Amino acid sequence: MSNPSHSLSAPGAPGRVCGTTGLSVCFAAQRFIKLNAVSGIVFLLLGGIAALLLALTRWQTVHLLPVDWFYRILTFHGINMLILWILFFEVAILYFACTTPLNCRLFSRKIAWASFGMMLTGAVMVDYIILAGRADVMMTSYLPLLAHPLFYLGIILVAVGTLTGVFNFFATLYVAKRDGAYTGSMPIVTFGALAAAIIAVVTLLHGAVVMIPTFTYSMGWTAQPDPAWYRLIWWGLGHQSQQVNVCAMVAVWYLLSHITVGARPINEAVCRTAFVLYILFINLASAHHLLVDPGVGATWKIWNTSYAMYLAVLASMIHGFTVPAGVELAMREKGYTNGIFGWVTALPWRNPAFSGTALSLVIFGFLGGITGVTLGTQQINIIAHNTLRIPGHFHVTVVGGTTLAFMALAYYVIPLIFQRDFIFRGVARVQPWLFGIGITMVAFGMSFAGSMGVPRRSWDIDAQGVYGPAAHLWLGVLGMGGILAFTGLLIFALLCVGTLFFGAKIEGRAMADWGTPPALAGSQPGSLAHDHYATKGTIVLTLAFLACFAVYYFANWKALADVWPVR
Amino acid sequence: MSLRPLTTPWFHGPAGHEKIWLGCAILWCFVMSLMMPYWHFRGKQNSTGEAYTVKPADFFARTEKFVASNRVGTFKNPIANALMTELPIVEPPAGGDAYLMGRMWQWYPALRLRKGETYRLHLSSLDLQHGFSLQPLNMNFQVLPGYDHVLTITPTSTGEFTIVCNEFCGAGHHAMTGKIFVE
Repeated sequence: MSNPSHSLSAPGAPGRVCGTTGLSVCFAAQRFIKLNAVSGIVFLLLGGIAALLLALTRWQTVHLLPVDWFYRILTFHGINMLILWILFFEVAILYFACTTPLNCRLFSRKIAWASFGMMLTGAVMVDYIILAGRADVMMTSYLPLLAHPLFYLGIILVAVGTLTGVFNFFATLYVAKRDGAYTGSMPIVTFGALAAAIIAVVTLLHGAVVMIPTFTYSMGWTAQPDPAWYRLIWWGLGHQSQQVNVCAMVAVWYLLSHITVGARPINEAVCRTAFVLYILFINLASAHHLLVDPGVGATWKIWNTSYAMYLAVLASMIHGFTVPAGVELAMREKGYTNGIFGWVTALPWRNPAFSGTALSLVIFGFLGGITGVTLGTQQINIIAHNTLRIPGHFHVTVVGGTTLAFMALAYYVIPLIFQRDFIFRGVARVQPWLFGIGITMVAFGMSFAGSMGVPRRSWDIDAQGVYGPAAHLWLGVLGMGGILAFTGLLIFALLCVGTLFFGAKIEGRAMADWGTPPALAGSQPGSLAHDHYATKGTIVLTLAFLACFAVYYFANWKALADVWPVR
Repeated sequence: MSLRPLTTPWFHGPAGHEKIWLGCAILWCFVMSLMMPYWHFRGKQNSTGEAYTVKPADFFARTEKFVASNRVGTFKNPIANALMTELPIVEPPAGGDAYLMGRMWQWYPALRLRKGETYRLHLSSLDLQHGFSLQPLNMNFQVLPGYDHVLTITPTSTGEFTIVCNEFCGAGHHAMTGKIFVE
């Protein structure tokens, strides 16, 4: 420790001033942002290749993989996408959120190395043992299904490594405050990342509680844990970790809408309260997966599946308003004041970070949010549980929402942190659209096939003799969407990796501009700060969203009313 | 400013459009919160999770006894090369108990039920977790080893229904089927 203060303003602090934003960047944080982000993108590519193989197998006409490899690759896909890609990238986001916005350097390089080392070792372990054919148990590894002990050990290592990184994040927040690196309240992006980190701790503790006895059982040291107990605790890990993603994604929405359009939260107090609602109530959603389970009663199911009183859903609906409202307000202040939606057409749709953010918000809200709340309604779950409707839902939240937002973020992270301008910028402008449309097709294919009863995690739908041409058609839509989305993913990975090697260096100068809407003549920044009725377009859009929500929700109650009475 | 610390007071209550939206959103949350208890008391389709612990061997014995005393015929699967080639058809007494056991890879036995009658359908597994998925109705319930999951069910349509497994249970999972006939 040569320098006792962690403030980046301290003399001799190991950092640099960004040539684009004028903000300070800590060298240690920069290195670990790079390491974690690149690892994340590698796992994204691995998971993406698996995704293509799966889509081409469920597309019944193609039916590519043999049965054993289908389930192996499905396990591989789930682990690489939902755990490895997301966790590595989230650690990168945490390291950014606690350093640059707070003008602080990372608490400890050693801890960051330890975290990265454990995560990478665990990740390689899990991927190896899956591909070796010793862990065909799906990501959920529901007992009594049993995998090789390395599978559980690898997951435990990834979780402990992530927790270590999260500790580094908390410690950096602490020293930033202690050393007076910044004054005032932390910005919303850091606040959102903090909420994500808190949920991550609770999530990973659930993981420890369920994975450690499962590991010792797999070693033959202890008795088999109860399968119902396993489901309850595992989903405290499985569902909650997706809410870490939601939190991180919303923080990215605030960050990118600010960078690309100049948006600011229209009301900091409300936005922050919404993050607190996530922390308090998201934990209950483990129940979403147990709604048609034996052993847990109706009262427990109803209370928990609603996150108490839909308070976490309320949080998402708040962000779903405040993010576009911030964008609209910024655009109107820049002088784009035509009618209700004049500002929409003037948005920088060719800026991949903006289009990625906008698509992420629309896909997550309109498709992911509406389906999620409806499928997680206790009784409606009877006509949805374990059908393809479930992955149809989470491919528009985790992929169309989180992954797309993280991709959008990369269009700024790579120039600003790796200090290289993107190669093939014209291709990059198309990429979010390709990926967004592809994954939306995947989700539609899954959702409609699932409505016809097609199960998730099933290699074939002809052996049962009950699925007709319509179900086959929707699986075809899934397959074609999968090809599109994979193409988008591949382009993204190639652009990122290619830029690291061949992108023009930008040390000391500003990054090439992706395109941001200029302020028109006569406009005045901050002119609408006190006009609470300026967001006309957003209120119309959100009310339209609520109407779609209500129609879908009640249509599902109607569909439920048509099946056999059951208690 | 989303990226820099806030140095001016930022605590304001919602106002204008934001207040309108918050009001609508909270109202909608109330509606959704009330729908589930409402349906629990007034709706006909509920998953109450009624269950009892049972050893797989005991459940197997109960199912065998149920089959032996209520068997009415044999179902032969018309699908070529099916994993499940034939099943005993069993008709439980109206209002009585029916046992259905999931195992790798079949639902045993086939059931014959009467439209409009109510049955207590006991579901359990002998090995892994399975998913009871009744098609083409698309009604789905989780089946765990060690738990006797009881559905109080009333068929309201007639015909041949297929039980598909929708919880992954190994290489034969996709072909794990069973039958319910309603007359």
